Amino acid sequence: MTPRSIDRDEVRRLLAEEQAQLVEVLPAREFSEEHIVGAINIPLKEIDERAPRELDRERPVIVYCNDYQ
Amino acid sequence: MGFPRVNDYVAGKKDWGSYGLPHEGTKVPELLAGDVAHKDVPTCALADRLADVQKRVRAAGWDTCIVVNEQRVVLGRLGRKALDSDADASVEEAMTPGPSTVRPSIGVEDLLERMRARNLTSILVTTPDGRLVGLVLRAELE
Repeated sequence: MTPRSIDRDEVRRLLAEEQAQLVEVLPAREFSEEHIVGAINIPLKEIDERAPRELDRERPVIVYCNDYQ
Repeated sequence: MGFPRVNDYVAGKKDWGSYGLPHEGTKVPELLAGDVAHKDVPTCALADRLADVQKRVRAAGWDTCIVVNEQRVVLGRLGRKALDSDADASVEEAMTPGPSTVRPSIGVEDLLERMRARNLTSILVTTPDGRLVGLVLRAELE
């Protein structure tokens, strides 16, 4: 399933109203340098393996990286 | 991922930070422009009468007023000289259009350096879409 593209306002809404799980998919070093408050780090390479263990399927997931450039 | 509800925040963390939303990490400065900006800087609209604005701004103890539209997008700025000018003029006639701005996510040390280099005593903080966050006064950073 293709992820749905969302903007900043929708991120805020999903966090506030649907207890969404925010996941930064960049490598750990970049995550430690800067990340959105409340996010967890699962680097893209590890996501298939770790997501089933670490994320709740019943809640929305929001993935992000640096920007779209 | 095989999850039913996956969303992609395509603009990412740079976008988040540039709007002054909370972010953290070893490279995020402790104090940001958005933290030190005066959110109570007076504002006015293009169509306001300068005489009314002068009175209101002085009563509030300020010597500047930011000209914004209904969405709080910055259009211009009335500085000290403009506020002392002909009271019959309109705000639009008296203002300096398109003042320079910085994003709320810039660290105050970088900001101070930039203000010194450009000899600015104050600078506006806006979101990337131009909405007013506040005004930073250099004297308070030094």
